[in-house]
Amino acid sequence: MDVTEILLPGVGVRYEFDTEAGMRMGVVAHRDGRFEFVRYGRADPDAALPVAMFSREEADTVAEILGAPRITERFADLTREIPGLAAATVAVPVGSRFAGKTLGATRARTLTGASVVAIVRGDGVIASPIPSEILLGDDALVVIGTDTAIDGVRRIVSG
Amino acid sequence: MGEVGGFLVELGLLLLLLGVLGTAARRVGLSPVPLFVLAGLFLGDGGVASVAATAPFVETTAEIGVLLLLLLLGLEFSAAEFTASMRRHGPSGAVDFALNAPPGYLAGVLLGFPWQACLALAGITWISSSGIVARLISDLGRTAFRETPAVLSVLVLEDLAMAVYLPVLAVLLAGGTPGRAGAGAVLAVAVVVTLLVLVRRFGDHLGRLIQHEDDEQILLRVLGLTLLVGGFSYLLGASAAVGAFLVGLAIPGETARRARAVLTPLRDLFAAIFFLSFGLRVDPTEVLPALPVALALAVVTAGTKVATGWYAARRDGVGRRGRVRAGVSLVARGEFSILIAGLAILAGYTEIGPLASAYVLVLGVGGPLLARGFGRRSVYPVELTPRRAGL
Repeated sequence: MDVTEILLPGVGVRYEFDTEAGMRMGVVAHRDGRFEFVRYGRADPDAALPVAMFSREEADTVAEILGAPRITERFADLTREIPGLAAATVAVPVGSRFAGKTLGATRARTLTGASVVAIVRGDGVIASPIPSEILLGDDALVVIGTDTAIDGVRRIVSG
Repeated sequence: MGEVGGFLVELGLLLLLLGVLGTAARRVGLSPVPLFVLAGLFLGDGGVASVAATAPFVETTAEIGVLLLLLLLGLEFSAAEFTASMRRHGPSGAVDFALNAPPGYLAGVLLGFPWQACLALAGITWISSSGIVARLISDLGRTAFRETPAVLSVLVLEDLAMAVYLPVLAVLLAGGTPGRAGAGAVLAVAVVVTLLVLVRRFGDHLGRLIQHEDDEQILLRVLGLTLLVGGFSYLLGASAAVGAFLVGLAIPGETARRARAVLTPLRDLFAAIFFLSFGLRVDPTEVLPALPVALALAVVTAGTKVATGWYAARRDGVGRRGRVRAGVSLVARGEFSILIAGLAILAGYTEIGPLASAYVLVLGVGGPLLARGFGRRSVYPVELTPRRAGL
């Protein structure tokens, strides 16, 4: 997808792209953190029609909504290309003995060989978590490895 | 003690008056700047009420207002944005100057003004009001319009051009020869370029000197530095405003952002007093006779600004309607025209006052009206339902 980036002096940056459905979209990243979504009409191609204006906080939330499911999907694409490699989400039960402990404390990679590449927590995602990241009950771990290794991780965190 | 009381009461009334005028202007979508000037015309000598008690205070504060206007301009400046604007819209900046400065100069010549005053008048018709234009773009929801980068680029180029124009004007107004003014121009360019290079290199150090977790400290440090540098550049025969602009330029990224947040309300207050004091200095009985000339000059220079916007937007491949919108957006003149006229009046070229006031009244009000007239409002109405926003 081609995204054009245009500097707006004193205001921020405008991004412009065409959607597959044939719509010309624009996103203005304001210096103050607001994000403005617009689309361009046909009658006057230079005039933008308002779609939405997001505050900094709203924009963060929208980014998470768009980003969260995509992470697992992307790893699914990746594993399809490498035979033997699988990706799965592993739930951390509320009563898990690792809830409240660090990711490193599970020693998941040492014991199974599988990697935890992301932690999905509520609406958010912690991508590439470091070993000192604290796990919470109801977290979902995005795990990559062989099927047996992933099963191993599942056993460890549900224990 | 009675004096203090009278002073406070008068100042309070003045500020309240400015507040009411500002609200009224904003309510109908206009800039308060022309109204503040108008208030100044109606008050003081020859006006409806005397403001003798506050006059000395207003005059001193107005000077600080000028410094703060330019300081904030410098703080908002970004070298990256300037380079990008220059690369893409350098010719637009040249067209802007070539079309809009000569009408002012010619008008001065026709009115029999001394050539120094003509030069000031050229600046008055040249520089658009970046305050009014930026506000218009945001109020009319035109940030994402394709002609907007062209409009903003022209403003950025004008801002930096001021850093060269103001010291030249200051030297010439003070009675300097064109040769000295030329030297002044070269010096100004050299100082700006050196400063930008130094900021790139050592900006972090200066930033660390000024940066503090406490807003109060930032306020005191930046304001103190600005007055100091402004004062020295005034004593050196350059304009104090240019010194303030340079301070703004020299303060790097994050510190500049903090300083902007702290100083913007202060700028609004002091600048309002400056616009008022400008009106106070001008004899109101001379403004009405100057109005026909001001109107004619306004019509001509509105046309040349539309042509400038048309040219700049066309460079960005914008269609006809967008080009007209870009043009009319740039028509408004305001704070910088007043600032230039103020410098000329201080230097004794008082003949420029009535014409400049009338001119800014016409284009400070007419410019935004014109911009609103062309093209539909494109804002985010609260009642926008999903279906109406439906794609």
